Amino acid sequence: MDSVFASIVQAPEDPILGVTAAYNKDPSPNKLNLGVGAYRTEEGKPLVLNVVRKAEQLLVNDQSRVKEYLPILGLAEFNKLSAKLILGDDSPAIQENRVATAQCLSGTGSLRVGAEFLAKHYHQRTIYIPQPSWGNHVKVFTMAGLSVKNYRYYDPTTRGLNFQGLLEDLGAAPAGAIVLLHACAHNPTGVDPTVEQWEQIRQSMRSKGLLPFFDSAYQGFASGSLDVDAQPVRTFVADGGECFIAQSYAKNMGLYGERVGALSIVCKAADVASRVESQLKLVIRPMYSNPPIHGASIAMTILKNSDMYNEWKIELKAMADRIISMRKQLFDALSAKGTPGNWSHIIKQIGMFTFTGLNSDQVAFMTKEYHIYMTSDGISMAGLSSKTVPHLADAIHAAVTRCC
Amino acid sequence: MAIRRAMSGRIMDRTAVVGARYMSSWWRSVQPAPKDPILGVTEAFLADQSADKVNGAYRDDNGKPVVLECVREAERRIAGNLNMEYLPMGGSVKMVEETLKLAYGENSELIKEKRIAAVQALSGTGACRLFADFQKRFCPDSQIYIPVPTWANHHNIWRDAQVPQKTYHYYHPESKGLDFAAMIDDIKNAPNGSFFLLHACAHNPTGVDPSEEQWREISHHIKAKGHFAFFDMAYQGFASGDPEKDAKAIRIFLEDGHHIGIAQSYAKNMGLYGQRVGCLSVLCEDEKQAVAVKSQLQQLARPMYSNPPVHGALIVSTILSDPDLKKQWLKEVKVMADRIIGMRTALRGNLEKLGSPLSWQHITNQIGMFCYSGLTPEQVDRLTNEFHIYMTRNGRISMAGVTTGNVEYLANAIHEVTK
Repeated sequence: MDSVFASIVQAPEDPILGVTAAYNKDPSPNKLNLGVGAYRTEEGKPLVLNVVRKAEQLLVNDQSRVKEYLPILGLAEFNKLSAKLILGDDSPAIQENRVATAQCLSGTGSLRVGAEFLAKHYHQRTIYIPQPSWGNHVKVFTMAGLSVKNYRYYDPTTRGLNFQGLLEDLGAAPAGAIVLLHACAHNPTGVDPTVEQWEQIRQSMRSKGLLPFFDSAYQGFASGSLDVDAQPVRTFVADGGECFIAQSYAKNMGLYGERVGALSIVCKAADVASRVESQLKLVIRPMYSNPPIHGASIAMTILKNSDMYNEWKIELKAMADRIISMRKQLFDALSAKGTPGNWSHIIKQIGMFTFTGLNSDQVAFMTKEYHIYMTSDGISMAGLSSKTVPHLADAIHAAVTRCC
Repeated sequence: MAIRRAMSGRIMDRTAVVGARYMSSWWRSVQPAPKDPILGVTEAFLADQSADKVNGAYRDDNGKPVVLECVREAERRIAGNLNMEYLPMGGSVKMVEETLKLAYGENSELIKEKRIAAVQALSGTGACRLFADFQKRFCPDSQIYIPVPTWANHHNIWRDAQVPQKTYHYYHPESKGLDFAAMIDDIKNAPNGSFFLLHACAHNPTGVDPSEEQWREISHHIKAKGHFAFFDMAYQGFASGDPEKDAKAIRIFLEDGHHIGIAQSYAKNMGLYGQRVGCLSVLCEDEKQAVAVKSQLQQLARPMYSNPPVHGALIVSTILSDPDLKKQWLKEVKVMADRIIGMRTALRGNLEKLGSPLSWQHITNQIGMFCYSGLTPEQVDRLTNEFHIYMTRNGRISMAGVTTGNVEYLANAIHEVTK
């Protein structure tokens, strides 16, 4: 019998996975993988936080635990604590029961559920996303039934924020349009608005009735402080308006593969939040019925135990500090070498990724001559260590001076 | 100024914001959703502390949820030993390999020839949804034929995937068995190349399965029409106690040369409910096609959840790749299935002993977690209100919730409302 799928062609390789695949093939002892989107230690190893291991042990040793289905919206306590984490313990929105929260599959799952909800219930079907943004954003929103437009964000000439362009584009958006905002540590550029710029963005958006949809994948991971990294979200919520928030615990708790996240919808009134919650269930049920229990149980254990919570904050800060230190070391190395160009963006940008400003020929050169593996856009600072920074600095210097 | 006020948690002075468009909620018009007919029952069940509830997932003879010993052992082995890095988009390769063996056969040539495109999925629901999305994308003009009745969420899944649905006859209320002739008619009358959703074993919610001979005929007619057979197998091992036996329908179709799709779930047969572990597989003409199909399935998973959860998959692969643990699992599955079969016998026996005028043969003819009792919604409501017995209003009893401790009570109650 012929297959009904006989005409299917192979999908293109994921560009990021392609980097790791090429890296794995390379026999050079000096090779460096800067495409990895996961944190690495100084030794280049993945890291499971001590507090996560502790939480795991508690769960394993608890004989009374079963693996029954979670409710469609997930673990209730996890949801409450996640909302508190991003909105603040004393958030009026929480106190007034105006927040509908669903445990979802990490950031991706939270974005998809939120987007499908919007496609079903919201009058505006267009979402504006920054140029550039995480590669998967377009696919998530399109699959959910929204159409995607861009707003200017990254300025290649300054390697910083194109603030004028951003304000113009959001100003020109139709009233009520959805706007995706990276809460902190913009992926892939590392360029974040300043506090003052965030305030202007907020005012402009609220005046046009634009609906904010925050993607918060790096809370605590960017600056090292959970509260500082949550500030943009909190100022929006503090003005009493509504917003969507997708949270991920992949990086800040190192729970990557456990797929732990939450979607929160901040509403005007408690009865609205309650109805919104009921409709969220109808989006989730035909997708996967209910979310996975293990990772969220770990996160909940940590969030609700104040000693473990404090331990977590310390380990989180250590990860953020290591990344900030790598930025400084790379910047210092390039300065010491006198590498032509302005490299201050390396320390101005924040979070896991750096948009280097190198062109694709330079990147190809670095791969060929120095066995540096990175996407054409930028590098993951998490893949660097004090030992390998000099090698990368050499490669960048060579690419800028000898190549293209 | 405004930021410091915001940081203190107080609501900002409204005059600081130009325009009042945000004043009213966007969601005023959002209606409360109807309660999920199945999970809605669970919520009521959880709220009611009565000991005589019969509902939901598997329970042992003490009415307690069960974590299999092989699962506990697997968890002990994996805790603290591994990192939590992202799985590939297609999930755990090891878990998928072992899972395909269960469905297609330990020594399946199809596996050896690498003709099966397979990805880890979020239990049975996730596998069905991925397939529905895949069907929509690559056979956009197709429709899915769904049995009447079926698990309610099947309709939601294909609807949200925007695949038009039709139904085919399945349950025969008069005999409380299979409406075989009408089912075959529907297969014959469907346009060539239609997609058919089949329950591989332990049909949910009726417990009514075709016999082996009937499966052969179903296979024959589906093949004659060039239809696509998609199997939802949520109960392998849980139905008869023997996973090989429960896969019989699938094996018949494979022998007949169909290129099938299968949604597999470990929710019930490994008791991994909340871990959301399953697998979607699509049998292709050759390895090249399987590689292409798998890549496209991954493209559908990526914008839904990027990559599937690692923990449950680790449990499954730990158990199935260790011969001793696998043996233990097979034993424990048989215990669960045997207990349910025993409860069916006991319930029927009790009803007959009470002198019920009705026939209760269907209780032991049907198989798996659920029994379509034939009770009317009114009778079900009486069971709930007068006897604290909970079941969905279509009369579906979860046999897993029946125990030696409550089977007499249940039989009495059913007798009371049906005599």
